[in-house]
Amino acid sequence: MKASVVVFPGSNCDRDAAVALEAAMGRPPAMVWHGDAELPKSDLIVLPGGFSYGDYLRSGAMAAHSPVMREVIKRAQAGTPVLGICNGFQVLTEAGLLPGVLMRNATLKFICKDVHLRVERTDTAFTRHYAKREVVRFPIAHKDGSYFADEATLDRLEGEGQVAFRYCETDGRITAAANPNGSRRNIAGVYNETRTVLGLMPHPERLADAALGGTDGIKMFLSLVETLN
Amino acid sequence: MKARITITLKPGVLDPQGKAIAGALHALGFGQVGDVRQGKFIELDVTESDPKKAEAEIKRMCEQLLANTIIENYAYELEAA
Repeated sequence: MKASVVVFPGSNCDRDAAVALEAAMGRPPAMVWHGDAELPKSDLIVLPGGFSYGDYLRSGAMAAHSPVMREVIKRAQAGTPVLGICNGFQVLTEAGLLPGVLMRNATLKFICKDVHLRVERTDTAFTRHYAKREVVRFPIAHKDGSYFADEATLDRLEGEGQVAFRYCETDGRITAAANPNGSRRNIAGVYNETRTVLGLMPHPERLADAALGGTDGIKMFLSLVETLN
Repeated sequence: MKARITITLKPGVLDPQGKAIAGALHALGFGQVGDVRQGKFIELDVTESDPKKAEAEIKRMCEQLLANTIIENYAYELEAA
């Protein structure tokens, strides 16, 4: 399996993603600079977290139009799995590969802490190593993570099973108190219609090694390796 | 030509920054302030001198990059340079 991690100016989780990918794949991914129009042949493309282009205009808006994204969009439309974490999720929505938009947190604060998430489905390339409705602990670190889409879009996402993760209590209950940023319907991550593109605000790569304090995140990368190998 | 573009949040989209501004204005004693919505203002020059063509270009810029039409509306004024 070959993976590529796209590096934008201002990305800061690209190496974390590479470490988690290497742990799962047994070999390092290719690191692809945003200005490159060429993308190596990849079974998986990862858009990492960070503050691409300093979050100018809107988070992810500039990166969504960088040269490499034209190729990422083409590959995604052809079915190559794409994982966008945090800023990568924002880039995917701005690029039109995922529905909705990430807005300023309802608290207006940058939030950096571990949260609990409920895995909404386990039959995708990203989640097959998780148990049904498993509650996992991933860190969040963002100021623009409030997921917004209009009611009709949210209904459609739920109806089509495109909600990937929701913020929840430790026992899996979906409550307002467990929602850190004001996301509609506690949504922390969504799939595209074919469930080959996933975007999520929390960081699986930051709890993907026991030395980091948790391993809930590594299962996402192991799922991808098992599916794509 | 010069274009002045105003980008505003659509009605119904929560604007926590606008709310914080309203709170700060109230704290300063401006008790008459009601709802506050924060937007963006962008001024740009285009070399196109035909107003119709310039307008079409500005529209494309707004749709493709300057505004996110899921949550934002845009309006523009064009002025001969």
